[in-house]
Amino acid sequence: MALKRSTRRILSRTVLYAVLLGVLLLVGLSADWATIRANFFAPAGIGNPFVGDWGTWPDLITVGVKNSLIYTVVAFGAGLVLGVVLALMRLSPVAAYRWLATAYIEFFRGLPVLLVVLVMAFGIPIAFNGWTPPGGTVGAGVVGLILVAAAYMAETIRAGIQAVPKGQTEAARSLGMSAGRTTTTVVLPQAFRIVIPPLTNEFVLLIKDTALLFVIGFAADQRELTTIARDFMASSATAGTATSLIQASILYLIITLPLTRLVSWLERKQQKAR
Amino acid sequence: MNASASAAPAIQIRDLHKSFGSNRVLTGIDFHVDHGEVVCVIGPSGSGKSTLLRCVNRLEEPDSGQIVVEGIDICDPETDLDAVRSRIGMVFQQFNLFPHMNVLRNLTVAQQKVKGRSKKEATEIARANLDKVGLGGRENVYPAHLSGGQQQRVAIARALSMDPDMMLFDEPTSALDPELVGDVLEVMKTLASEGMTMMVVTHEMGFAREVGDKLVFMDGGVIVEEGDPREVLSNPQHERTQAFLSKVL
Ligand SMILES: Nc1ncnc2c1ncn2[C@@H]1O[C@H](COP(=O)(O)OP(=O)(O)O)[C@@H](O)[C@H]1O
Ligand SMILES: [Mg+2]
Repeated sequence: MALKRSTRRILSRTVLYAVLLGVLLLVGLSADWATIRANFFAPAGIGNPFVGDWGTWPDLITVGVKNSLIYTVVAFGAGLVLGVVLALMRLSPVAAYRWLATAYIEFFRGLPVLLVVLVMAFGIPIAFNGWTPPGGTVGAGVVGLILVAAAYMAETIRAGIQAVPKGQTEAARSLGMSAGRTTTTVVLPQAFRIVIPPLTNEFVLLIKDTALLFVIGFAADQRELTTIARDFMASSATAGTATSLIQASILYLIITLPLTRLVSWLERKQQKAR
Repeated sequence: MNASASAAPAIQIRDLHKSFGSNRVLTGIDFHVDHGEVVCVIGPSGSGKSTLLRCVNRLEEPDSGQIVVEGIDICDPETDLDAVRSRIGMVFQQFNLFPHMNVLRNLTVAQQKVKGRSKKEATEIARANLDKVGLGGRENVYPAHLSGGQQQRVAIARALSMDPDMMLFDEPTSALDPELVGDVLEVMKTLASEGMTMMVVTHEMGFAREVGDKLVFMDGGVIVEEGDPREVLSNPQHERTQAFLSKVL
């Protein structure tokens, strides 16, 4: 009865592996592979690069990936600028600025991103007499992404600013630097180092959030990755199958996985530096 | 040398009061520092030494009283504080070097942005001051790669690069390993011998005795006793000074 401790451990490991193998076999044998391949990995879409057949990848990449990245970079860049302003407002000695920034941040963090995107896409042209930001309706939708991203980034940046030791500000002020100069040359550069990992995460979130622009309706050459993949289900070499959705998933992962790996590497590095 | 040139003291403090909430930290401080004088401030922890020092360049806002630095009333709302501060060097217990800048940049950034010096001029002055604190050749190193004693000497060189009229030191050797204290005190002694006006909060009684022109003992937010360091240290008049010195000496 009394097995040795090491024997028991080997035994329980073996059982765990056996269960995993059993489940995989069950799924593998009961699935209809021919149908799965036809509906999710249609050769017309996946192609065969070895014989120079690129399937539908070029369209997905040159339109979908390209636009998704453009929308992400624009939303991130503008969101970052607005986020810095909001963070500085939250830390301002002027109560009205603090109050405004807090209200903004709480407001946009409390709403579904999809709702904000919709309101902007349809609201901006109405509110501004038909005027829209560059990119038309899509540009207005991107404004929605910017507004929400700025709210999240503001909180991250504020935490980063507050993590810079007070002695840094005092040293700068004692050298005669003004409050503004101190912020730009001493505090913000150090704060940004601290917030690079969480901001990279924010970038990844934005890449995925650009898929929400799907609801707006695009001109053909404005489509982001999810929209074009959805369109390809209706009309393309892989119409009637989910192949384009699988392809889009693969493309998203090719972009997001390295970034999330980068974040954990940066975080480990910062932990060690401490 | 300057002392005879201008009659007003380098630092003149009158009836200074400062509270943090209900904590009355300074309750009526009167004293002055003459040009070229080295004043050492001692006292138990929490007695308000740092607060007093930080009031001199208004890192702390005094509640009431008058502080006149080089003839300029620093509590006057019309005073250009940044300009005054650029003439008062300050050295902190925790060094407070800018970790994202190398040693040279630490020494030049304020010269260029506050004093408007050219990069070339600022660099020359920075190098001269690094040599002075015994760290010539370390221009490109980042603070994290220096020992505490080296960082503190860089901090002194950074303050000196602004050509200050006076230097304030807040326990400059308290965060250092004992074997690194000597180098920093050496630099401070050199400064004193060159006639720099200095106000030094310290626990280094040897330094106070050897270098100080005046010793100030603070306790409970007031100056309890002040005088020639050798006299105060060997023959304290006040009971509280005696009690404090019997503990630290
Ligand atoms: N920024 C601050 N806010 C609140 N209390 C403070 C602050 N700075 C100092 N104090 C309080 O003031 C008193 C004197 O502090 P300090 O001047 O640092 O004394 P010392 O340098 O002699 O040790 C202490 O009780 C300390 O807690
Ligand atoms: Mg102190």
